[in-house]
Amino acid sequence: MAINWFKYSAPTTFYGLAGKMIPWFAVSSAILFVIGLYIGFYVAPTDAQQGEFYRIIYIHVPASILSMFLYLIMAGYAALGLIFNTRLSSMMANAIAPTGALFAFISLWTGALWGKPMWGAWWVWDARLTSELILLFLYLGFIALHASIDDPRRADRAAALLAIVGSVNVPIIYFSVKWWNTLHQGSTIKFTGTTMHIAMQQAMFTLLAACWLYAIAVVLMRVRSIILERERHTKWITELPEVQQ
Amino acid sequence: MSLDIWMRENPLTYVWWGSYAITLLIFVIEIALVRHKRKVTLQQIRLMREAGEDK
Repeated sequence: MAINWFKYSAPTTFYGLAGKMIPWFAVSSAILFVIGLYIGFYVAPTDAQQGEFYRIIYIHVPASILSMFLYLIMAGYAALGLIFNTRLSSMMANAIAPTGALFAFISLWTGALWGKPMWGAWWVWDARLTSELILLFLYLGFIALHASIDDPRRADRAAALLAIVGSVNVPIIYFSVKWWNTLHQGSTIKFTGTTMHIAMQQAMFTLLAACWLYAIAVVLMRVRSIILERERHTKWITELPEVQQ
Repeated sequence: MSLDIWMRENPLTYVWWGSYAITLLIFVIEIALVRHKRKVTLQQIRLMREAGEDK
């Protein structure tokens, strides 16, 4: 039997589906966080050059990856909303922005903590660090621009343009360590392989998966609130069991 | 004791409290804010519904 996937692009059907998915993503994320932290702190060996300080990698790298991917997903949803005028796409873009901003902040924060013992400085105006800071400002700009316009549909369109234009920053972040001579180290994990110890890889990929699942769970929670807020005048919202209580 | 000396002497404590505890705190605050927003929105909708029924 063929599934009509388009029906899930309607807020009415997506609201219920998201509610069912949230516990699965949240519980899986919590389990993976525990496993990843255990491997990262108890199984993975100490780094020969960086000592114990390298263990920041297990949160710094997943946060950095997520901050970039979430921006691209947010820009993709914003573009869909702009082109096809689909309500849910714009709501998803709005729901992703705060989580993406938080991951960009965590990336910068943990990067500064790692930079101090390794480079002797909390911050340098390096191409990788500066472009990641611009990413945080793009997220904040998206949130602020959307909040500053009263009409939600107009706000969606204006913020979507900013998100689409800002997406050019993501490849700049990724390739900055190749294009410029930066203090930030190059990619440790490449498509051709890695020299990392297997336990270090296991911890990092487990925590990357945990962060992904956390981000999905919290974005789904937020999009449900946005749906409630935007569709509050509709009949189906007033008939929801949680509203009837 | 300066921060630099403390960092060298307690690298794991520095890594744990500096990065992981802050990240956990950010996650907890984010979830709390999202839950609070949903609660407020649901209350507003209930009030609107009750106002509509009164009319």
